[in-house]
Amino acid sequence: MSLFQIFNVSGSASSAQSQRLNTVASNLANADTVAGPDGQAYKARQVVFQTQLMGEVGAAGVRVSTISEDNTPGRRVHDPKHPAADGEGYVTYSNVNPVEEMVNMISASRSYQNNIEVMNTAKTLLLKTLQLGQ
Amino acid sequence: MPRLTDAIDFQAQALVLRSERQRLIASNIANADTPGYVARDIDFARALREATGQTGAAPMAATQARHLSQATGARAEPNLLYATPSQTNLDRNTVDMDRERASFADNAVKYEATLRFINSSIRTMLDAMKSPQQS
Repeated sequence: MSLFQIFNVSGSASSAQSQRLNTVASNLANADTVAGPDGQAYKARQVVFQTQLMGEVGAAGVRVSTISEDNTPGRRVHDPKHPAADGEGYVTYSNVNPVEEMVNMISASRSYQNNIEVMNTAKTLLLKTLQLGQ
Repeated sequence: MPRLTDAIDFQAQALVLRSERQRLIASNIANADTPGYVARDIDFARALREATGQTGAAPMAATQARHLSQATGARAEPNLLYATPSQTNLDRNTVDMDRERASFADNAVKYEATLRFINSSIRTMLDAMKSPQQS
């Protein structure tokens, strides 16, 4: 019965979306962290989605294949009094772009909702199928 | 006597195809954010014609006793089509969320309609089988 497969497909998608939401949360939480003693600040992380075939043709789930790090240089602010300032008086902050992250968050939560609704519809249809002939 | 269940058989094939299509659309919605994913769908009318053996294509001639006959029954696999993207995307994903949601709702309603058809055929048949004293 292919309706049961919908739960696998949409379940994998909502799990992938929640992982995306998780990286957005950690990016936003680290938006203002400064570089540590090694001079490396937090790097923004992005999930990479990949199609995952679930046994049959036509049942395509989603999985997170890798989590990539953004390698653009972090924000540098001149603040000589800051304890983490380097020799020239610059403080390196993380390279998180909060606007990008907010957009990413909205997109992820909408996709998550979509998949939950798909599962709800599949559940309703299955329950009605169970009552067939009564 | 196969005629008794012929009407139900037809609707049952339609029901299986509807659930196949529901799964396909669910996969499309699930992969809305996957780079490079190509949306799929089935031509429902053609799939149903093939599943119920009403296809216009002539069957292959079996000149040997051991030739295989063409498989019939509700199968969506051979009829998978690719959706044409209405707006191209930078990551080559061709899922059109508006269209998928509309197809999903449409397919869910038609699935329920098929369920009702089956239910009412069953009820009609059961009524016909009842003895006159019962009702």
